[in-house]
Amino acid sequence: MAKILRRERLVPNIHLLEVHAPEIACKCQPGQFVIIMPDERGERIPLTIADWDKKKGSITSIFMVVGTSTHKLSLLNTGDEVPVFVGPLGMPSKVEKYGTVLCTGGCFGIAAIYPVARALKEAGNKIITLLDAKASYLLYWEDKLKAVSDKFFVASRDSYYNCKDYIPHVISNVIKEEKKIDRVISIGCTYLIYTCSEATRSLGIKTIVSLNPIMVDGTGMCGACRVTVDGKTKFACVDGPDFDGHLVDWEELFSRRKAYFEDEIQSLNFWEKKTFP
Amino acid sequence: MAEKKEMPQELKERLKAEFNLEWRKKLRKSIPIKERMKISRQKMPEREAEERNKDFYEVNLGIKAKAAMKEAQRCLDCANPKCVMGCPVGIDIPAFIKLIEIGDFPGSIQKMKETNSLPAICGRVCPQETQCEAVCNLKKATGVPVAIGNLERFIADYEKLKGEVYIPPILPPTGKKVAIIGAGPAGLTVAGDLVKQGHKITIYEALHLAGGVLVYGIPEFRLPKSILQAEVEYLEKLGVELKLNFVVGLTATLDDLKNEGYDAFFIGTGAGLPNFMRIPGENLIGIYSANEYLTRVNLMRAYDFPEYDTPVYLGKKAAVLGGGNVAMDSVRIAQRLGAESATIVYRRSRVEMPARVEEVHHAEEEGIKFHFLTTPTKFIGDENGRVKAMECLRMELGEPDSSGRRRPVPIEGSEFIMEVDLVVVAIGNSPNPLIPKTTPQLTVGKWGNVEVDWDTMATNIEGVYAGGDIIRGGATVILAMGDARVAAREIDKYLKKTKRKTRTTKKEKK
Repeated sequence: MAKILRRERLVPNIHLLEVHAPEIACKCQPGQFVIIMPDERGERIPLTIADWDKKKGSITSIFMVVGTSTHKLSLLNTGDEVPVFVGPLGMPSKVEKYGTVLCTGGCFGIAAIYPVARALKEAGNKIITLLDAKASYLLYWEDKLKAVSDKFFVASRDSYYNCKDYIPHVISNVIKEEKKIDRVISIGCTYLIYTCSEATRSLGIKTIVSLNPIMVDGTGMCGACRVTVDGKTKFACVDGPDFDGHLVDWEELFSRRKAYFEDEIQSLNFWEKKTFP
Repeated sequence: MAEKKEMPQELKERLKAEFNLEWRKKLRKSIPIKERMKISRQKMPEREAEERNKDFYEVNLGIKAKAAMKEAQRCLDCANPKCVMGCPVGIDIPAFIKLIEIGDFPGSIQKMKETNSLPAICGRVCPQETQCEAVCNLKKATGVPVAIGNLERFIADYEKLKGEVYIPPILPPTGKKVAIIGAGPAGLTVAGDLVKQGHKITIYEALHLAGGVLVYGIPEFRLPKSILQAEVEYLEKLGVELKLNFVVGLTATLDDLKNEGYDAFFIGTGAGLPNFMRIPGENLIGIYSANEYLTRVNLMRAYDFPEYDTPVYLGKKAAVLGGGNVAMDSVRIAQRLGAESATIVYRRSRVEMPARVEEVHHAEEEGIKFHFLTTPTKFIGDENGRVKAMECLRMELGEPDSSGRRRPVPIEGSEFIMEVDLVVVAIGNSPNPLIPKTTPQLTVGKWGNVEVDWDTMATNIEGVYAGGDIIRGGATVILAMGDARVAAREIDKYLKKTKRKTRTTKKEKK
């Protein structure tokens, strides 16, 4: 059992969850994730670690409310307990001095990219951060990310921020303007990281994507999360979640992510009827 | 692999002492051997195939007390009980059976627990027909061995039903701490043995329930979760501490735990890495590793979706690749979840199947189809990326391979298409790489298995022992428990040999 220290709605549909997990907080590194199970009947789902506090012994994750599990998580309160909170899982992101690194993130990835950007900054890289938010009011953690970035851009569909455009276009512009980008990191929904990866393919800039396929155990035991990278089957939970975006079989990933689409709808309907009769 | 050995002197003496007890002598004489041999084997009552193949309740119902006592009479109480050597954990089989014969069921369970902490499990999942029952002298004489497994299950269930769980004597605390990694059959056995010696035992388990393959792998209809739960609670009553949701290697490494002051370790992390066919189309939706399929259904209870949140793909035309117990479990689950056809596709023939005879028999009764001498060569998907068919090749048997089984050889030009919408790949697992990867000093064999001295189960690191599938690849529950028994004995010796070092844990330092 792990205790919830804080659960807070940051922006519509996106919540922060801070969980008491001192062992994980001692061990975790940027790019790793945890598996959480909201209640005894819940699913085991992966959440990327967005921040940690060794002193307090806490792990912070951000999630978007989509299906039954995330709905359940969004109803947790301080003091509640979840039966499973296990980690840190996956390989940490590679952190070296590359030169200039473009960090792109959207939805939960805005938070998930934060520790990676921070570590890369500490390693002496110039950090350009480009976030994607559908609308300006869906942006969060702006200050935290600005603090670790040399340059900061937001692509949103309204004109509140500097770039009113979709992320692939903005990415191309940023790269053109910057002249030399040594590495791109992308975290967020599959479509976002796919478009980021596609935008850099012709330019030959190494683009690392954090994949989020469906998982069950998260320790390499089941193979639910298998993805094809460079023609070989990899398990995202132990070989990843970071992979070279230009080598990922995206079509397969999109299709496998939708494997339980109808079940997910049925499950959510069932849970809503039971919870809010 | 460990080969069959001579019976250890210590075991020989223990058996002899029991054999020569007055009441045993008397009991032997009470019914002439000829009469004993005339008694027919008591049948295990089981639910009708047509009823059970639609639900997840247990198939075997267990024999009743009267039948158990009758069955116990069949045991000839041999002077040289071969059955004991057939048992990987060396249970004093005649002793527990003769106690059943005289109706002393509590005495029988007590005798059992001297050597086996998990009888309710072994009585259900051990392949007795290739172990104790295979070498039973009654089998030699009449062709039908004593139903040792059914009797073992009977006394274990009897104790549970009565609700009075026998707690064996526990030696005074030694002050020694042992960390067990993995709460599977091997880890639970080591824990049960060592805690009785007075050592402080902590089991680290990555999943949220203890049991390892017993909880995520073996289905409810073969091993009810409540049975496993009771066995785990029994260990907790003995003083074993369980740390769930803790992945040794990631949450903390073995070296981290060493710094916390553990005196010895047992690695029982199993064969957690599923093998795939490595043929085109294997990542199509609807193709599962057996590990994933079983985990979704057993551990996550997908059979009760949407009451439980985890879904599982329900196929109408299910094919399970492989011929072992895991394949039988998977195919019987597919049938229970509503498949119109559930088929085993195995590359060799019936006789080479490694599954327990009882499981194959049960599967057949339930309407499972078998495609022998067949292997898929590629999977074909529909426009949504879901599997809709597989191309297969027929095989014939050639020369025996290293396992002694005849090697399947493809028949050229024999390709055919089999329509499927659910495929479970049950062709075995490889040792879990997490501990080897994060413990660089540990010597690992070419299959990724942890290497041990087979006489002691010691790894190359002092005080670190291993057993079960992590050293064997994919084997059985009882072999894992056999390794565990040896490891526990050796760990105990090791702990008694090493003086208590005045270690301070990090916390104590502060």
